[in-house]
Amino acid sequence: MESKYSVNIQGDVAKIELSGRLDAVNAPAFQEELKKLSGSPLKSIVFFAKDLEYISSAGLRAIIFAKQKCGVQSQVYLVGATEAVLGVIKMSGLDTFMHIQDTYGE
Amino acid sequence: MLRVDLHPTHVSKCGRYKLRAGKPLPFGATIVPGGVNFSIYSHAATSCELVLFEKHAPEPCANISFPEEFRIGNVFSMIVFDLDYENIEYGFRMDGPWNPQEGHRFDKTKILMDPYAKVISGRDVWGAQPDWKDIFQHRSRICFDDFDWEDDHPLEVPVEDLIIYEMHVRGFSRHASSGVKHPGTFAGIMEKLPYLKKLGVSCVELMPIHEFDEFENSRVSPVNGKLLMNYWGYSNVGFFAPRAGFAATGKFGMQVDEVKNLVKQLHKNGIEVILDVVFNHTAEGNERGPYISYRGIDNKTYYILTPDGYYFNFSGCGNTLNCNNPIVRNMILDCLRYWAADYHVDGFRFDLASILGRDQNGAPMSSPPLLESLAFDPVLGKCKLIAEAWDAGGLYQVGSFPAWGRWAEWNGKYRDDLRKFLKGEAGMVGAMAQRLQGSPDLYGWERRGSTASVNFITCHDGFTLMDMVSYNGKHNEANGENNSDGSNDSLSWNCGWEGDTSNPQINRLRRKQIKNAVAMLLVSQGTPMILAGDEIGNTQFGNNNAYCQDNEISWVDWSLLNSNEEIFEFFRKMIAFRRAHPVLRSSGHFQNRDYMGSGFADITWHGTKAWNADWSGQAHTLAFMLCGKHAKGGKAQDNNIYVAMNMHWDMHGFELPKLPKSQAWYVFANTDARAPQDIWEVGEEKKLENQSEFLVGPRSVVVLIGK
Repeated sequence: MESKYSVNIQGDVAKIELSGRLDAVNAPAFQEELKKLSGSPLKSIVFFAKDLEYISSAGLRAIIFAKQKCGVQSQVYLVGATEAVLGVIKMSGLDTFMHIQDTYGE
Repeated sequence: MLRVDLHPTHVSKCGRYKLRAGKPLPFGATIVPGGVNFSIYSHAATSCELVLFEKHAPEPCANISFPEEFRIGNVFSMIVFDLDYENIEYGFRMDGPWNPQEGHRFDKTKILMDPYAKVISGRDVWGAQPDWKDIFQHRSRICFDDFDWEDDHPLEVPVEDLIIYEMHVRGFSRHASSGVKHPGTFAGIMEKLPYLKKLGVSCVELMPIHEFDEFENSRVSPVNGKLLMNYWGYSNVGFFAPRAGFAATGKFGMQVDEVKNLVKQLHKNGIEVILDVVFNHTAEGNERGPYISYRGIDNKTYYILTPDGYYFNFSGCGNTLNCNNPIVRNMILDCLRYWAADYHVDGFRFDLASILGRDQNGAPMSSPPLLESLAFDPVLGKCKLIAEAWDAGGLYQVGSFPAWGRWAEWNGKYRDDLRKFLKGEAGMVGAMAQRLQGSPDLYGWERRGSTASVNFITCHDGFTLMDMVSYNGKHNEANGENNSDGSNDSLSWNCGWEGDTSNPQINRLRRKQIKNAVAMLLVSQGTPMILAGDEIGNTQFGNNNAYCQDNEISWVDWSLLNSNEEIFEFFRKMIAFRRAHPVLRSSGHFQNRDYMGSGFADITWHGTKAWNADWSGQAHTLAFMLCGKHAKGGKAQDNNIYVAMNMHWDMHGFELPKLPKSQAWYVFANTDARAPQDIWEVGEEKKLENQSEFLVGPRSVVVLIGK
């Protein structure tokens, strides 16, 4: 399945909806999209991952990249990720730099 | 700027892949703009083919011959453009002479793993039965080089300040009692970080984590019907790739991230990482073994061969890697540099390291080029280099391993002498005095300090500490070799009963002997090493060679933490004591004189009479005092420390050396006392009522500090 994502910046919060598969095939394009965030002074980058079926290491890289581009003042949130996706993130220890939660309040 | 060097110049015969001549270096598969650079060395191959598979596919999706113009010297290199590099596996087919007598065993029907593969699939989940019909068992994959290390850096703790904890990645947390979410994995170790911190060790030494095949020589035990496996893993499939089956994420191919993250988290907690590396042989075995990689790529380069083309077997494992061939030497150097630079590893322990000093005919060399290269390598400049200074071919080099001031050794003599002294052998006092001082008799002549000596009583190879005090003989029947494998001389003593017992006197004595051993280990100069699980009295039920036991025999049983809490507490406090007292951690040797004007020599020897050690052949008692003003060669200030060791079966009064008037003796540990009075927290030592004599119980160690 194709990966789909939409980036929506509201003030100092970037909201990114993820769905499908995020792997080496589509991660580079996704990363390009995330590059656009680097100009904005963001407080939060929120990835909505409810419909994300699979994330590979390349996909995770893209998320790390977003954090690095936006600097230490930006907080990264991963919202509603499935067990399968969370498992990969936790086992490889990449959960330490983002907030993992079920929902994201407005 | 438009880069013309990134454009394809060729098309594969099938028309599907765009190609360009590659860069010969670095070897292996490297992601370059637009594609992947594949490069492989073979001295004698006449042609080479790149074989591509979609992930886990039974048949290749492409065979791409290296055009002759893509070969430079003995290196085939090629850039393949537009590869979905996360989802492919690759290998090589090599054509060349089949002439075993000359050392050539080319077979173009075999698909060969890249010797420089950074990720290897095929055994992704530990114990999952492989498909033996698969034409490509161990598949090279392409590695990403973008782990986020943040500000991590190897810790560079001076080697004399380390306390090493040797563990098997799977065995450490596989037991049901471990309570971790991902048992038997790198992630499992991460979950045990708070435990390691509490114990206080400052370095973990991981038994082999390079890719190996747990199914190599697997068989069913005739004794108990269990599957016997290549559990320890001293048999490399690939040198550059972490063991997928040890990673909770191995099934996703993310073992690289998991290991890197483990190193990063250990570093964050002040714990270094040393890898046990096996460069003496590979998993290809002898002429009857499989083609995995090296044999089919350049047999004559990679292995030491007899004049008629058979495999020399100095490793005891079928073949011997040709370490002092310049090509193999460079591969080893590349490999270690890779682990040091890309995984931030702090050091290496070299299995059967004496093999690395043999020439291409197998004869020992006086200045082996490989060992010298490693000693002076710029990238490895701050890495710990530790040799297991012997091999299976009879070379024993403890005290004489070529060191260039850089190499430390597993001190096998420390283990043997301490065990003999502990079990009550007479005539060991002189040897023990050397061991306690960092073995100047072994290393002083070459101006190697106590930093040359890694002191240990137990390691993965042999009895656990609990078994060392519970068994006189080995009990390896479950290995299925009629109990003929494993060391016959463990220098152990069962304390009066062979194996498990409910006899409280025997169990008390065993606990005391464990405490005696660890007390002596942690007050010895040199770098102490502890076997994981010894701190909770883990048992292998008398098996002293559990290399094939992937079950409760080998796995650390965490429930013992409850039943043996007093052993854990003793370890923890002794470790804290060592860390608190620099006088125990000299890098050089004692000078046996007072060069600080303190009134005491740096080390003085005592016995039941102060200042008068009994060096006779019948002695079982020894005491020593370290002068705190001489700590770290006079550069650090510390308390005076006095240690009395009574390995006699009777109690003896030890006359204490007099301290300066402002100081008094305080007891830190007394293994004869019942827990919790056997050992105190650092700083909470109890002042002695009698400052002139200490009655040391039978088979007991007492540690005092003067303050």
